[in-house]
Amino acid sequence: MTIDIQANSIELGETIIKIDGLNKWYGQFHVLKDINLDVKRGERIVICGPSGSGKSTLIRCINRLEVHQEGSIVVDGILLTEDTKHINDVRREVGMVFQHFNLFPHLTVLENCTLALIWVRKMPKKEAEEIAMRYLERVKIPEQSQKYPGQLSGGQQQRVAIARSLCMNPRVMLFDEPTSALDPEMISEVLDVMVGLAEDGMTMLCVTHEMGFARKVANRVIFMDEGQIVEQNEPEAFFNHPQNDRTRLFLSQILQH
Amino acid sequence: MIDDLKTFTTLPDRAPPGSEIGLIAWIRQNLFGSAGSSITTLILVFLFLMYLPPFVEWALINANWVGNERSICDANKAGACWAFIGVRMDQILFGLYFGANPDQVWRPVTIFIIFFTLLIPLMIDKTPRKDILGILLLLVFPALFYVLIYGGVFGIPVADTTQWGGFLLTFALAFIGILFALPIGILLALGRRSEMPVIRAICVTYIEFWRGTPLITILFMASVMLPLFFPAGVDFDKVVRAMIGITLFQSAYTAEAVRGGLSAIPKGQYEAAMALGLGYWKRTIFIILPQGLKISIPAIVNTFIALFKDTSLVSIIGLLDLLNMAQTASRSLEWNGYDIEGYLFAGFIFWMFCFGMSRYSQNLERKLDTDRRN
Repeated sequence: MTIDIQANSIELGETIIKIDGLNKWYGQFHVLKDINLDVKRGERIVICGPSGSGKSTLIRCINRLEVHQEGSIVVDGILLTEDTKHINDVRREVGMVFQHFNLFPHLTVLENCTLALIWVRKMPKKEAEEIAMRYLERVKIPEQSQKYPGQLSGGQQQRVAIARSLCMNPRVMLFDEPTSALDPEMISEVLDVMVGLAEDGMTMLCVTHEMGFARKVANRVIFMDEGQIVEQNEPEAFFNHPQNDRTRLFLSQILQH
Repeated sequence: MIDDLKTFTTLPDRAPPGSEIGLIAWIRQNLFGSAGSSITTLILVFLFLMYLPPFVEWALINANWVGNERSICDANKAGACWAFIGVRMDQILFGLYFGANPDQVWRPVTIFIIFFTLLIPLMIDKTPRKDILGILLLLVFPALFYVLIYGGVFGIPVADTTQWGGFLLTFALAFIGILFALPIGILLALGRRSEMPVIRAICVTYIEFWRGTPLITILFMASVMLPLFFPAGVDFDKVVRAMIGITLFQSAYTAEAVRGGLSAIPKGQYEAAMALGLGYWKRTIFIILPQGLKISIPAIVNTFIALFKDTSLVSIIGLLDLLNMAQTASRSLEWNGYDIEGYLFAGFIFWMFCFGMSRYSQNLERKLDTDRRN
């Protein structure tokens, strides 16, 4: 498959995530079936599909929030096993943004951002705060740094969550439905930040139903159903000429309004 | 057409109608809101007027406040005999040894002054270096307590633990119980939620065993049965035995209170911490415990208040705490018959400390509530 890189794009690099023959069960339920996926450095992948299709589970396997039973996942040269050291090494390189933000409510915005820098990266507090402020400026809320998450709007909270991840200087960012819990008026402020990240060449895997975002930013769209990858293609081809009838049905349902 | 566009304007805020504000409105709404409410209010006011004035008259107006002998109280039976409390104050607060040796009373008095000097700044928001104060209170203070109260060094006469009693004993038992039960309870609560089955089983067994046994049984066992397991001649101090029994019991209750808070933390908090690369202990210390303990504060303080009052059960092994010391004093030859005053005084001291703990915990909850928008 040739990847059509859009005007503002960056050369794609070597493979950063390699998933081979991935299978996962929840008890008897076979939630991921024979997933193979290679992600190159700088790639922006949007994963869509009906609920229960396994798309969130897939990206949660990449930083081992979910444990898989078969197959292999290699992130930046590190094979994910039960070894806690490997797991923490991978988590250091992979940032994650959640649907419900999951900010730490007992810490200020600034402390949310500096905690992992200080205790995982062993950085002095002052230096950590400088980095945190830099990323809070980047998501355009440096003035909220002394507030608690509960005092912010949903959109602001999600931007803090993005900044918190970026502070760790990750090589890959995972987004698990980052705008699904937001009021309509706040979705664009979060998407704007994500577009900015894509423009800077961040490797991104994004589970989302924001098809406008997918068209604008993704260089690959993956459609999943029943724990399998049904179809993947560059956005233009994916939206205009879906190859699989399951994909067509899904697109016709989400795009008809 | 641009000309057809309307501009959205906000209406000015108006004050609520007069019937909603002021004292009269409050009384009407809360005390006489309905027929049932009005009747209840009237009955309560009646009971209040019937029983409160006679009590105030007895306890305050006609009371015998000063004097050294019971003849003063016997001459005026219409009032409470607080003179008795005054004469026996040292005994009730600090036990038999200090009751009998007034020249040594400076020791417990000093210890309580030190205690409150450390405690009060800790409860005030703006105090700097609370960490040092906290360490002094939790680690240095107990040692100081032992040295000063037990004595035997620096020429201070020995006050044997068999002679400890009154509020001093209540305080020592509760302080040690709380000091050890909180960390042990936290570890037990974490262990009960551990992913390792062996650790989980050990913690569940411990918690369920001590929680299922009445404190009075534990104290009795600690006193009577513990010596049977040790060779003759090895004799644990009775107060130490009581402290061990209370700690074992209390840690199980604290564990359950903490577990309640831990299980209220959403899964997303664990996941966010994991995704940042924080390992188990860092996750637990920085993310999970601060939130879990905050939720548990009312339940934990509740168990502490219960413990504070339950220390009276040590009378089963022959120790005289505040309540039992008040009773002992009011049954002495000199003051026989003034039980009510003794009980009221002991009750008042218990109430002051329990109420203090309760208020402080409410204050703490408010302070730690970062969800409010302001």
